[in-house]
Amino acid sequence: MSTIKLTVNGKAVSAEVEDRTLLVHLLREHLNLTGTHVGCDTSQCGACVVHIDGRAVKSCTVLVGQANGANVTTIEGISKGDELHPMQAAFRDNHGLQCGYCTPGMIMSAIDIVNRYGGKLDEDTVRHELEGNICRCTGYHNIVKSVLDAADRMKVAQAAE
Amino acid sequence: MGVEGIGASVVRKEDRRFITGKGRYVDDIKLQGMTFAHFVRSPHAHARVKGIDFSAAEKMPGVVAVLTGQQIVDDKVGNLICGWAIHSKDGSAMKMGAWPAMAPEIVRFVGQAVAVVIAETKNQARDAAEAVAVDYEVLPAAADIRAAIKPGAPQLHPEAPGNVIYDWTIGEEAATDAAFKSAANVVSLDITNNRLVPNAMEPRAAIGEYNEAEEHFTLYTTSQNPHVARLVLSAFYNIAPEHKLRVVAPDVGGGFGSKIFIYPEEMVALWASKRTRRPVKWTGDRTEAFLTDAHGRDHLTKAEMAFDKDNKVTALRVKTYANLGAYMSLFSSSVPTYLYATLLSGQYNIPNIFAEVISVYTNTTPVDAYRGAGRPEASFVVERLMETAARQLKVDPTELRRKNFITAFPHQTPVIMAYDVGDFGASLDSAMKAIDYAGFAARKAKAKSEGKLRGIGVSCYIEACGIAPSKAVGSLGAGVGLWESAEVRVNPVGTIEILTGSHSHGQGHETTFCQLVAERLGVSISQVQIVHGDTDKVQFGMGTYGSRSAAVGLTAILKAMEKMEAKAKKIAAHQLEASENDIVIENGEFKVTGTDKSIALPMVALAAYTAHNLPDGMEPGLKESAFYDPTNFTFPAGAYICELEVDAGTGKTSFVNFVAADDFGRLINPMIVEGQVHGGLAQGIGQALLEGAVYDSSGQLVTASFMDYTMPRADDLPSFKLNHTTTLCPGNPLGVKGCGEAGAIGASAAVINAITDAIGNNKLEMPATPDRVWHAIHG
Repeated sequence: MSTIKLTVNGKAVSAEVEDRTLLVHLLREHLNLTGTHVGCDTSQCGACVVHIDGRAVKSCTVLVGQANGANVTTIEGISKGDELHPMQAAFRDNHGLQCGYCTPGMIMSAIDIVNRYGGKLDEDTVRHELEGNICRCTGYHNIVKSVLDAADRMKVAQAAE
Repeated sequence: MGVEGIGASVVRKEDRRFITGKGRYVDDIKLQGMTFAHFVRSPHAHARVKGIDFSAAEKMPGVVAVLTGQQIVDDKVGNLICGWAIHSKDGSAMKMGAWPAMAPEIVRFVGQAVAVVIAETKNQARDAAEAVAVDYEVLPAAADIRAAIKPGAPQLHPEAPGNVIYDWTIGEEAATDAAFKSAANVVSLDITNNRLVPNAMEPRAAIGEYNEAEEHFTLYTTSQNPHVARLVLSAFYNIAPEHKLRVVAPDVGGGFGSKIFIYPEEMVALWASKRTRRPVKWTGDRTEAFLTDAHGRDHLTKAEMAFDKDNKVTALRVKTYANLGAYMSLFSSSVPTYLYATLLSGQYNIPNIFAEVISVYTNTTPVDAYRGAGRPEASFVVERLMETAARQLKVDPTELRRKNFITAFPHQTPVIMAYDVGDFGASLDSAMKAIDYAGFAARKAKAKSEGKLRGIGVSCYIEACGIAPSKAVGSLGAGVGLWESAEVRVNPVGTIEILTGSHSHGQGHETTFCQLVAERLGVSISQVQIVHGDTDKVQFGMGTYGSRSAAVGLTAILKAMEKMEAKAKKIAAHQLEASENDIVIENGEFKVTGTDKSIALPMVALAAYTAHNLPDGMEPGLKESAFYDPTNFTFPAGAYICELEVDAGTGKTSFVNFVAADDFGRLINPMIVEGQVHGGLAQGIGQALLEGAVYDSSGQLVTASFMDYTMPRADDLPSFKLNHTTTLCPGNPLGVKGCGEAGAIGASAAVINAITDAIGNNKLEMPATPDRVWHAIHG
């Protein structure tokens, strides 16, 4: 057992957990942040993507010890109160989700993609970059649309800041 | 239509909780005192369980109980059932082998549970499960159809000699044979329809909770049909009586058919909660999903089509072997029979059809309905034959189809189905225009000059949806009726709750069902709440599968709405001192037509509940329910055309364009309909290019993770061009047909037709991986 201290969605948290605990299980089972999902056992599906120190990471690949002291953002931590993050709004407006299970991971990955590419995103790049996130419902068509739409919205939002 | 009424692309009400991480799936639920289950599963495809030693496991930290197959038998928990009786051509009943929830004696597929460990934490349960020692005597296995039917094959069930479950036929054999004898041309194909793993992104999960004081059970489960689960668990599995069992299917992360069935794990979670007097949670991991979720497809087929000298189809003859796996899953028997062979007429006028289907046991995971369920297999047979025939007869494949299209409706096929309406030429025209079919020859020539192999493939599918008229399916062997129920509750303040037996696991019912209410009453969808997925709230329902929720579920809501509106109009007329025949409903108000007199819905509702001033003899309240049983199937149909290029050097396929023209009748929410088509197309294309469950000859599932089974990813797929043509369904008042499965039904034939066109070799099996395509090009 170890005591893990980290910042999750801006709040300092600590938990006493088994060393073999994965970050995704710490989030879901100890911190009740169940928006981050588990969809596979092999780090293929991306349903568990969160941001660690600003980068998209599959939280099922991270032992809690590796996250000690890190700054973690989950799907629950990206909207400002009632105001959705532009990526969340774009997924809703473009019907970029159906069952919703892969959606949190998709949104967290997509934010990172837009952050890395800035305004230089095109459809091929989005499709290539989403390779680590599996969706079984949407055929990705509207997810790609959502990400491209959000890239424009985030550009506008950044320009306004 | 209003801005939120029928036909409007309203953004989904349910999305906010999903995009903010506030969805509530089964694994998100925590109960006081909850324990965790981990199953001990067979590593062998066929073996005798000689003994289970769990003495070490029982002493491990946190272990609450270790339960085995023998205990579940001793507790008289019923065996799993198949709910659709199919009879062989000799009149004998299908041969159903016993399937206990955990195997006490024989295991028949890798992953079948023999015991379960219940512990305080998930890790403790897993650790202790590893300490359970099972002594297996390994038996020879039959891992595929060919191995199961050959003489001397290992026998799975004593009830089924030769591993044959049934040998079933449909259509007129003699007339079909005669048509073949007099045919000008005959086209034949051997087809493998590859086995698929549904892989909803949320793995199955269950929490059983037993309340000792009330002798009451609750099951939280990943189900497409919680009421059917309750019925089966009580009536057949003997775990809890129906009135003492609540089944809740909260947010469910995709189903695609795989969450219709009531699996051993759900049964065990519920049963074990009584044994341990603790809530028991089981959450499957992905490999458990691969090993235990019912798979789809897996047919071997020989199909022949006869033509006269004018290239009119005169007959179709099909012989299919269907692999149902090691046990008969809940609706498995119906999938390769009544959901498959009844669609073999496709969009065509075929006077003679005869099909024989032989379903067999193998030492593999059970096979049941997966998106399309029988209809993709039928569509693939018909559309591969059509394309092959066009090449053999040297005519344009679209012209050959057009020449044989059914154009007069209703049309009775030789295989039960009576198509009510359609315009197959219109959808083909629409798809051809969208892809510039006329310009393809020039594009192909240009590609060739650049060293690329370009191909085009057409698929004109039809499906039977809106399942189903209860009397009809009952006469065909179904153990249930397939109506739907609904209840409309207008609250005293005028807000509305719609209770439905349909279940949404991605389909967007919380939005589309509200749109019907908005359309009829002129109220905002924010005033309406859809209630589903809880047997304590909704009285009964048959659930969501077979593209039935709009055609059957929404029509049930409409019927309940009509009753509610009739009563509300009486109240309004009484309040307004007018004739009820003069009352119209607009913008949330009841108006006396031709006057300025009106009363708002909340005031009518309040009057109904205060009951101070109701018409004489009227009951208080404003709540109505309806059961709706459809009169026919619905028949969505359409044309898909795929244009692609193949790299002859690598065998890799790249999409140039994929167009779909579907006729779903009236669209409630076009945005959601298109999303359904996108997802279906991805699964159809996945089957054609990427996906396939592979067993080795010993019955090991080689593709049991996302590292080995190729799920379609974003960069495997194109953006799609969708069009709609419309013939309204005459079978229901909304004119809707259903859209959930079309993409998966029509897409795979279009892709294979296009690749075989590109490479000039018609012999190509699914999934058409680069390796297979390269060999098809180079031999």
